[in-house]
Amino acid sequence: MNLRAKKVEIVVHGIFLILGLITVCAVILISFYLLIAGIPAIKKIGLIPFLLGKQWSSTEMNPQYGILPFILTSIYGTTGALVIGAPIGFLTAVYLAKVASDPIKKIMNSAVGLLAGIPSVVYGLVGMIVLVPTIRVGFHQSDGANLLAAIIVLSVMVLPSIIKVSINALEAVPKEYEEGSLALGATPMETYFKVSIPCAKSGIAASIVLGVGRAIGEAMAVIMVSGNVPNMPSLFTSVRFLTTAVSSEMSYATAGSLHQQALFSIALVLFFFILFINALLNICLKQKKAR
Amino acid sequence: MIGQISKKRKMYICFMNIIMIVSVGVTCALVLFLISYVLIKGIPNITWNFIATKPSYLTGNIGILPDILNTITIIITTLFFALHLGVGAAIYLNEYAQNKKIVAMIEYASETLSGIPSIIYGLVGMLFFCQFLNMKTSLLAGAMTLVIMNLPTIMRTAQESLKTVPQSYREGAFGLGAGKWRVIHTVVLPECIDGIVTGCMLSIGRILGESAALLFTAGFAHTLHGFFTGLTSSGATLTVALYVYAKEQGEFEVAFAIAAILMILTLIINLLANWISYRLKRRIAE
Repeated sequence: MNLRAKKVEIVVHGIFLILGLITVCAVILISFYLLIAGIPAIKKIGLIPFLLGKQWSSTEMNPQYGILPFILTSIYGTTGALVIGAPIGFLTAVYLAKVASDPIKKIMNSAVGLLAGIPSVVYGLVGMIVLVPTIRVGFHQSDGANLLAAIIVLSVMVLPSIIKVSINALEAVPKEYEEGSLALGATPMETYFKVSIPCAKSGIAASIVLGVGRAIGEAMAVIMVSGNVPNMPSLFTSVRFLTTAVSSEMSYATAGSLHQQALFSIALVLFFFILFINALLNICLKQKKAR
Repeated sequence: MIGQISKKRKMYICFMNIIMIVSVGVTCALVLFLISYVLIKGIPNITWNFIATKPSYLTGNIGILPDILNTITIIITTLFFALHLGVGAAIYLNEYAQNKKIVAMIEYASETLSGIPSIIYGLVGMLFFCQFLNMKTSLLAGAMTLVIMNLPTIMRTAQESLKTVPQSYREGAFGLGAGKWRVIHTVVLPECIDGIVTGCMLSIGRILGESAALLFTAGFAHTLHGFFTGLTSSGATLTVALYVYAKEQGEFEVAFAIAAILMILTLIINLLANWISYRLKRRIAE
């Protein structure tokens, strides 16, 4: 190779290296901006009163910035969504990965893909029109826009990620394990639940953690059905999540005010939640690899 | 064989069968209900006037042409940047990278990015693109935010299809005396075009459905612009428009009409993506 061609190669290599590092830069940029924007308000308010304060009233004369209601709502909402969504998603995945015939599998796979592709505002809209009135009438509430409605919408929204990742994990179980179990006299159903599933458990755990990430980060669908009032959470009160607290007040918070800074701090708290969930996910996936 | 097992085991099998089929039934019913409900409520409200005009407070007309154009503008701009960056990063990871630490770092970063919720992208996009880079609330700022969001998707799909290109192709080209860059852009890249297109499809789906990241970066305006003037001015995409019509203005008929359009587009994109990945799989099997 002549000298000129070599130079070109070096330049091209350099360009690709930079392109590769862009994702790393993006992560650094996001963390940096959230820290810069989120820390001032926490400093002014104090970490403990901010995280554990039960009162959020940002527009009053003496504004209170306590985000415990939002944190608890996010945790309850996500837990609730998984309590409903995870078993359904998991069992659907077992059926599709092990029992279903090929055509059913194909149809259901595209159905699940579609469920994943539906924009979250559409979920919100359907929830607003169908779910909220149903809850109001069915449970004799004055307003149906509450935590329960949000939990139901979220439980539908976590289904696709749970189903898809669980199917992958279940399909990766070595055939020999199942054949061994069948040869020992176990029925197919017993084999699936007592051999295949324990084998795929780290993958299934990863799918559930992924679902947690999706539920805790969802904003638009939840804002449309949860009533959006900063109450302490219970099943039939209107509530506000970490995500919706940010998105509902950001547009009218004065730039540079403590109010806006506090909203950034909420985003920072949410970011820490997500980092924690990512770390969990990595642990699950590493276990899977170690197997 | 089933006849010989104990009653307890039979009960267990029966019970498991039932809950599994119930779960599948619930999932199926949800998908069918969502699609049919949105389409039935939305399609009657879609008229030519609705699609092809812009809204006006004077005449009370509601049209979504600006929102459609904004969506297209954002999709094109986002894909243009995300494709170059994402495929470039994938090429680096698959073809150039030798340092394992850098590879691990990039992959970790891309995993982290794909887990970050869109509302956080929206906030950082607002701080960085709108305020720090002074793009104001504009479609360009929105598109840039979405570029970062879609990088992991495009990178991963491109990387997967780069891996399917047989090593012998590269060796053959190297053997003929081609340099690395020449091998990549004349032999390797044309071979994995399907994977890149699949990544694009997935990204288009994500961009179509995105709203939280665009609220604070691209804004809500419904005015008509050309492509380049549109980039520098604020505008709502279809999903943001849906949100505004449903939540702030209570125009549910309009919201359902937009939802039906979005649903149809999602269906089309899913079918296309399935078809492409089916072709890809068949080619690998050959």
